[in-house]
Amino acid sequence: MDPFESLDLFDIDALLTEEERMIRDTVRQFASDKILPCIREHTREGTLPRHLIPEMGELGLLGANLEGYDCAGLGPVAYGLIMQEIERADSGLRSFVSVQGALAMYPIHDFGSEEQKQKWLPPMARGEKIGCFGLTEPDFGSNPAGLRTRARKDGDSWILNGNKMWITNGTTADIAVIWARTEEGVFRGFLVEKGTPGLEAIEIRGKYSLRASDTAELVLEDCRIPAENVLPKTEGLKYALKCLNQARYGIAWGAIGAAQACFDEALRYSKERIQFGKPIASFQLVQQKLAHIATEITKSQLLCLRLGRLKEKGDIRHYQISVAKRNNVFHALEAARTCRDILGGNGILDEYHSMRHMMNLETVFTYEGTHDIHALIIAEHLTGIAAYE
Amino acid sequence: MKCVVCLKRVPDTGTRIKIDSSGTAIDDTDVEWIVNPYDEFAITEALTHRGSDGEVIILALGPEETTKEIRTALAMGADQGILLQVQRPPTDPLQTAQVLASALKELEFDLLFFGCRGVDDDNCAVGPMVASILDIPLLSDVIQFDVEGSKATVQRETEGGHEIGNMPLPCGITTQKGLNEPKLPSLPGIMKAKKKPLEIRPVELPDSSLEIVEMSFPPDRPPGKIVGEGADAVPELIRVLQEEAKVL
Repeated sequence: MDPFESLDLFDIDALLTEEERMIRDTVRQFASDKILPCIREHTREGTLPRHLIPEMGELGLLGANLEGYDCAGLGPVAYGLIMQEIERADSGLRSFVSVQGALAMYPIHDFGSEEQKQKWLPPMARGEKIGCFGLTEPDFGSNPAGLRTRARKDGDSWILNGNKMWITNGTTADIAVIWARTEEGVFRGFLVEKGTPGLEAIEIRGKYSLRASDTAELVLEDCRIPAENVLPKTEGLKYALKCLNQARYGIAWGAIGAAQACFDEALRYSKERIQFGKPIASFQLVQQKLAHIATEITKSQLLCLRLGRLKEKGDIRHYQISVAKRNNVFHALEAARTCRDILGGNGILDEYHSMRHMMNLETVFTYEGTHDIHALIIAEHLTGIAAYE
Repeated sequence: MKCVVCLKRVPDTGTRIKIDSSGTAIDDTDVEWIVNPYDEFAITEALTHRGSDGEVIILALGPEETTKEIRTALAMGADQGILLQVQRPPTDPLQTAQVLASALKELEFDLLFFGCRGVDDDNCAVGPMVASILDIPLLSDVIQFDVEGSKATVQRETEGGHEIGNMPLPCGITTQKGLNEPKLPSLPGIMKAKKKPLEIRPVELPDSSLEIVEMSFPPDRPPGKIVGEGADAVPELIRVLQEEAKVL
């Protein structure tokens, strides 16, 4: 296969620093050399390519935007470009990196005690320890404020009870960040180690989407953890939502990668596939599709770059992240569907990537705040009225 | 060990090469540039022989933009870079070797590394030429390299076998595929590379006695021929293979 050619209609490359371009190119090569050659098998088998985790750690991909504790300490744009390039290969692998960095390492880094940081962050950065994030429950997805998992103080312990659903890295994780309500009604984050009696991770099977990702249900039944395993600074749901903001920011970038992969594939195919005696790329209907996808990718790129520069200055707002996540994932999914269409019958085979991206993006469209919930977040900012309350 | 790696900036191997209007050089307008892939073996090998008190210096001849490829080598772990800056890299390998050798004379290195060839001009010449000018031993196409004390042991691939040889330090090698597995620069390495020293020295090229007269692409392959379908086509296929292609 010819090497991937990324679309850059607006010379956005020129707006990146030399380091940002180098980081992007390095991760792009990692995705081409290591992820793409094995992604079809893992998708077929429904398995996470675990063998890549140490290498991702060595490269510095895990918790790459965090400072200290053996993390790479990259800026927001470089971090976003990592997500873009990993998701160019597969949304499942990007989900792994997002959850490890933004949902497990980030809360330990920002809300944890010094001991917790020292114990967990360096091995997590190296990929030796894996983390997951338990907020969503079977009955509480878009409405996390209603979650039922309870934490009861008992002497020097906390006792956790409840169920967590759709937990990426769930069966792999050495450490789970579990969100629960205390008897006083306060939302707090707890670190629950693998093997703690009362914690069970059950793999969710039968997925059409994110097949190369580990997705589980976590059951906590009188799960007793030491009192010091609470994340000290978490007092309220907003700390969980801060984690989601980190992850959603990365997803907005990641979606560009998935869209780019599909576009690259469909563009090549359309120039090579001959029907009625000429390449299908010469037909106006196909040209219109390609032009539309390329335009939407360009808009997504500009949105993310501006978002990243705002984050760099510390001026980012949650509704801006919602605009980017909602827009970019919507258009990536639309692009993947259109590219599958351009590929014709061949597009349903796993020899091609667009349909895998399409199926993955159906999840990305729903998780980390559904498309509709993000509309409500944006509209709450516009109107001052929260429709979900 | 003090190691020096001579690095070349070459067009990305995926680039579609175009010949410019002069007909004697490539048109570099839309070319993506990369570190010569064989030089990645050289950098990786140098890093393994650096030791705790040594250093790895990257030496390159090229236009100012070559700092990007030197930074890549620094991100892989090298300590400092020197760019011998010219407007346009020479096509005569002897000119390159002379300029590199005069810079190397000041560096007092123990080990000198080159990729076995640049994937652009494929001359395989600069490494041996430099060693010859400096009057140091060099072995080419190395697939295993060990240093003990002041002696280097080298394994090379030869036609149908292997050859093992020794050289005293200082010495040089040109690196062949199989010597090691080059690693991607790590992201913290990329961030650190920015702060590492990179000196730019403008240099004059010596005169060249080599002239590129013409560059051309290989002729287009002739189109295939379909002689028929199924078993009925076999006699005709055999006839064509015997009489036209003359391979049977």
